[in-house]
Amino acid sequence: MATRIFGSGIKRREDPRLITGKARYTDDFQMAGMVHMVVVRSPHAHARITSIDTSAARGAPGVVAVFTGHDLKLGAIPCAWLVPGSDLKVPAHPALATETVRYVGDGVAMIIATDRYLAQDAADLVQVTYEVLPAVVNPETSTKEGSPQLFPEIANNVAFHWVASSGDDGVNQAFAEAEVVVKERIVQQRLLPTAMEPRAVLAQWDKYAEELTVYSTTQNPHIARFILSGVTGVPEHKLRVIAPEVGGGFGSKIPVYADEALAAWASMKLGVPVKWAETRSENYQVTIHGRDHVEYVEMAATKEGKVTAIRGTVYAGLGAYISTAAPGVPTILHGLMYSGAYAIPHIRAETFGVLTNTTPVDAYRGAGRPEATFLVERLMDRLAHTLNMDPVALRRKNLIPPFENGYTVAIGLTYDSGNYEAALAKALGMFDYEGFRREQAAARQQGRYLGIGVTTYSECCGLGPSQVAGAVGFQGGLWESAIVRFSPAGKVQALIGASPHGQGEETTFAQIIADELGVPVDDVEIAHGDTNRSPMGWGSYGSRTTPVGGAALVTAARKIKEKARAMAAHLLEAATEDIEYGDGKFFVRGAPDRFKSIQEAALMATLAWNLPAGMEPGMEASAFYDPPNFVYPFGTHIAVVEVNPATGQVDLQRYIAVDDCGPQINPMIVEGQIHGGLVQGIGQVLCEGVVYDDQGQLLTGTMMDYAMPRADMFPTFEIESTVTPSPHHPIGVKGVGETGAIASTPTVYNAVIDALQPFGIEQMEMPLTAPRVWKAIQDARAKGGQ
Amino acid sequence: MKVTVTVNGTRYEREVESRMLLVHFLREELGLTGTNIGCDTSQCGACTVHMDGKSVKSCAVLAVQADGREVTTIEGLAQDGTLHPLQAAFWEKHGLQCGYCTPGMIMAGSAFLRDHPHPTDEEIRHGLEGNICRCTGYQNIVAAMKSAAENM
Amino acid sequence: MRPAQTTYQRPTSVAEALQILAAHEGAKLLAGGHSLIPAMNQRLATPELLVDIGRLDELKGISVSGNTLVIGAATPHAQVTASPNVRAHARALAQACGMLADPQVRNWGTIGGNIAHADPASDPPTVVLAAGGKLRLQSATGQRVVDANDFFLDLFTTALQPGEILRSIELPIVVDRRSAYVKMPHPASRYAVVGVAVFLDVANGYCSHASVAIGGAVPKATRSPGAERALQGSHLDDAALAAAAAAISAEVSGMAMSDLYASAEYRTAMAGVILQQAVRAALA
Ligand SMILES: Cc1cc2nc3c(=O)[nH]c(=O)nc-3n(C[C@H](O)[C@H](O)[C@H](O)COP(=O)(O)OP(=O)(O)OC[C@H]3O[C@@H](n4cnc5c(N)ncnc54)[C@H](O)[C@@H]3O)c2cc1C
Ligand code: FES
Ligand code: FES
Repeated sequence: MATRIFGSGIKRREDPRLITGKARYTDDFQMAGMVHMVVVRSPHAHARITSIDTSAARGAPGVVAVFTGHDLKLGAIPCAWLVPGSDLKVPAHPALATETVRYVGDGVAMIIATDRYLAQDAADLVQVTYEVLPAVVNPETSTKEGSPQLFPEIANNVAFHWVASSGDDGVNQAFAEAEVVVKERIVQQRLLPTAMEPRAVLAQWDKYAEELTVYSTTQNPHIARFILSGVTGVPEHKLRVIAPEVGGGFGSKIPVYADEALAAWASMKLGVPVKWAETRSENYQVTIHGRDHVEYVEMAATKEGKVTAIRGTVYAGLGAYISTAAPGVPTILHGLMYSGAYAIPHIRAETFGVLTNTTPVDAYRGAGRPEATFLVERLMDRLAHTLNMDPVALRRKNLIPPFENGYTVAIGLTYDSGNYEAALAKALGMFDYEGFRREQAAARQQGRYLGIGVTTYSECCGLGPSQVAGAVGFQGGLWESAIVRFSPAGKVQALIGASPHGQGEETTFAQIIADELGVPVDDVEIAHGDTNRSPMGWGSYGSRTTPVGGAALVTAARKIKEKARAMAAHLLEAATEDIEYGDGKFFVRGAPDRFKSIQEAALMATLAWNLPAGMEPGMEASAFYDPPNFVYPFGTHIAVVEVNPATGQVDLQRYIAVDDCGPQINPMIVEGQIHGGLVQGIGQVLCEGVVYDDQGQLLTGTMMDYAMPRADMFPTFEIESTVTPSPHHPIGVKGVGETGAIASTPTVYNAVIDALQPFGIEQMEMPLTAPRVWKAIQDARAKGGQ
Repeated sequence: MKVTVTVNGTRYEREVESRMLLVHFLREELGLTGTNIGCDTSQCGACTVHMDGKSVKSCAVLAVQADGREVTTIEGLAQDGTLHPLQAAFWEKHGLQCGYCTPGMIMAGSAFLRDHPHPTDEEIRHGLEGNICRCTGYQNIVAAMKSAAENM
Repeated sequence: MRPAQTTYQRPTSVAEALQILAAHEGAKLLAGGHSLIPAMNQRLATPELLVDIGRLDELKGISVSGNTLVIGAATPHAQVTASPNVRAHARALAQACGMLADPQVRNWGTIGGNIAHADPASDPPTVVLAAGGKLRLQSATGQRVVDANDFFLDLFTTALQPGEILRSIELPIVVDRRSAYVKMPHPASRYAVVGVAVFLDVANGYCSHASVAIGGAVPKATRSPGAERALQGSHLDDAALAAAAAAISAEVSGMAMSDLYASAEYRTAMAGVILQQAVRAALA
């Protein structure tokens, strides 16, 4: 064990089961007597239910039971992020609607049948009559007087109003005295998270033990248990949530939905295992959507390009009900990040959380921070154009200078560490910027339109100190825990509370343990995803698994190591202070041939034949880690595009990403996370976008209409990194799960706008599809642009 | 209706409804859950298997259409415990994260490589146009395909 | 993704298939199933009886008979693309069948099923029309041959009568004729937003014959006499291409379809742009 396994791109240990088809996802489990659930859903976005006739469905072949909301004994589906000081009103969200449906997909009845085809047949026989009501889908218009009202108790559909400010007087003054102000109305279109595995549940009630087991496609089994316990009334110690293999989440598997509660309730009611698996179209209707902002933002600056203030008003669509973490996303995770990577003295963020007759919106990869980064970077480019200044030079002027241990931005967050200029310099070192500008000018002469976007960003992740969680109304803690134990034969088992689902922590965490304890990495097993087995944890999201869960793991491992040192000292009949450690062995100082391996120490502690005075038997430690602060990864991204003016098609030609997530445990996995994030972020710019019609019908309801990014849209990404450790983390690491999605959207968007400068185009609504870009060019030409 | 299908070398006879999709036949009748379902419009490719040696989206064919045919699923790709070169390359090159799209990618990819033994990046990216991955950004999948092509 | 109840038969000859069709009003032919089954998965199609013609050798294969290229209706797209005969005599069709959908769909979906389905966003109908192709149909009482001009009637509507089977697609072979198909795909479905096929006879730069058809943009595959006039008798120079582009756009405007992704205005404009790309591709 001479080489450190930390920092090496070893192959993932999760992969053998995944590449051979042996992995088991929720829908792969079968149980004796298992029945299937299908939910009958509203075809209307807003309607009163006048009657539900289930008689034909009850008589259909294979049908075990049919229930409506009147039959249920379930609590409402709760919201778990009650942002304070925002006058938040959370309307009741019943698992099945009984009186009013509020979005297309709202459940009205459930079918239980012996097979899913038969369940679907019966669902088609349920007769529901509706009195259709007017609907509203746009979060901005929803707040206007006279808009259809979703809940009588929530005036103008505004569920909350939140403001964060560095001081309103200062902000107002900065704008009043500004030499230049640039403004924009930004629409952050709705996106479909589209984890490739749709959601599924398998609930099994053990009527003898009175215990409920729920297999669930969740990113956070402990939160799911906490919430499901409240909704079903089954006490937490009788409720086991298992997240088996989970096929991606991107935020959409954080919330607890009605469907999980319905399957659990049905299993308890009928005494048989109940499985529900959504279809992709159903996933698009009922699994949360992301983004959905209408923003009015502006930036104040001096003529020299020094930014003096930024402010924004955001209408954040929440959908028809308030999902688990929804209020926190456009507020805490968004409004507090308006400083980006820049020193901006005055900042104000205001958010209206707005109900509309649409699918609920919640955290989607990046959750709030992509929207913040987008608006800051957009305003930066706009300012550069207004001042006729180079956008890179403008950014350089405003970057926060390097800091190693804390920098507090005007709105109050304290960034942990950053060296933004270094990342920018590295990215520009990979790209001939001046040369590109010359090429761009020459190409324009020939009617070819090249463009570049450069983003310097900082984001906030690794959620987060629990004290902060409490202060911002998150109804849970944000620490993580880990148990590390040696078996008698010297193998290490680590149980973690977090619940990875594709990010590879079974490998990276084993690397951490192998390094900390000097054991072969193959002797380490990482277990997670079962509330009866793993210790308490708050889940995998917000790029927190490694920053927080990894720190808990390191802490537990270090405790074990200290115990092993004491045990070794005892066995070697030396004082603990005289024991040195190296490569998994404890030596007596000055006598390197006198040593005990950590495995021997563990075995002797486990046998407990001869323990030092006061030592408990066993070699096991648990640790809880509550981070003192968030972590703040950062970096520079560069995109080059060419726009075909005849068709409007955008061709992404180059993409460079330099990210700093601190020391990298496994660079191969870090790069993989960045690749995936880039494609999601670029998907938002180029092809993805939910469309509803005015009646609230989802027009992008299948993969035939909602454009997912595919392999042939992208060049080979050029990935590099800088390394700036987090000062407060035991091994200095920051999160990297979301950076790609956060930085790439403004980078590619700004590149397209840059390409279209000769036409005088400053703005288009995303996605920048060929027809949209073509139309913008036509309109600009009609107005006398080039 | 009675169907006889040879799956991964084993002959199965089953009585199925005419409407049953091949993907459900594999997953539910035969318990071969390695083949996944990612969509309901035959877009995503997660359900790709080989039928009579050619790749097919198993959500776009009925089990009765597979009657008398040979089907290979991800479970049957490794031979005598040795991974197919593309499986090995996905592992080596980190061509997967959550793994949900992976069986379909590997089945589509292995069929593609048989027909295109020396593909360029661009050909690979086109060759995978029937398969969607939300995790990897495709880059390491392309790398895995190239590396497998060299090793095959 | 759970089709409604149905039944299934697999006749062993076209004659037997025709008998079954005649005997069951709710019967529907099933070839590759790659249009029908996705529709059944959404329960948009609920046929009572499926008659599987996908394995009938009589309906498969590609051959040259005199100066006609004959393609069996149940030939999968992948075989059409790979066929040396198709590549030699109707390169545009090889291109269309090679770029539609994805490799998996091309392996099992058939050209005849595609043409019989007549999805306005399909690719092969546009090429068959531009090629001056004919469709051979068979019923219990005999065969008839319908010109492609008379076959595509409207979206999802063709000249096929109940009880009829499309047997083959027949394209004229003209020595040295060049062709190309260019398509702008929808970013999600990858079906054609606009697709244009051109067939040209060119000698010493002079174009003595041009036939042009467009699909995707309009409810059914449609010929463009204006573009044909502009190209035919020209040297296919920039001016001729521009005139052809203007002509096809003018013809398309008024009947262009509009959807979430692309407006009628966009499709109209792209008709001309894609036409020019297609002519250049045919010459390349
Ligand atoms: C994901 C996906 C993407 C696709 N993308 C494209 C694309 O980009 N471009 C494109 O052109 N197509 C596309 N298709 C459609 C594809 O080409 C289908 O294969 C084709 O349209 C239907 O052929 P089939 O043999 O599968 O027909 P089936 O589905 O079996 O039948 C289709 C219809 O034709 C009838 N029929 C079939 N054969 C005959 C016959 N011989 N005589 C009379 N009637 C018959 C059937 O009764 C049915 O009504 C796509 C399909 C899928 C699943
Ligand atoms: S499940 Fe078959 S293509 Fe998506
Ligand atoms: S690895 Fe998760 S979808 Fe491809």
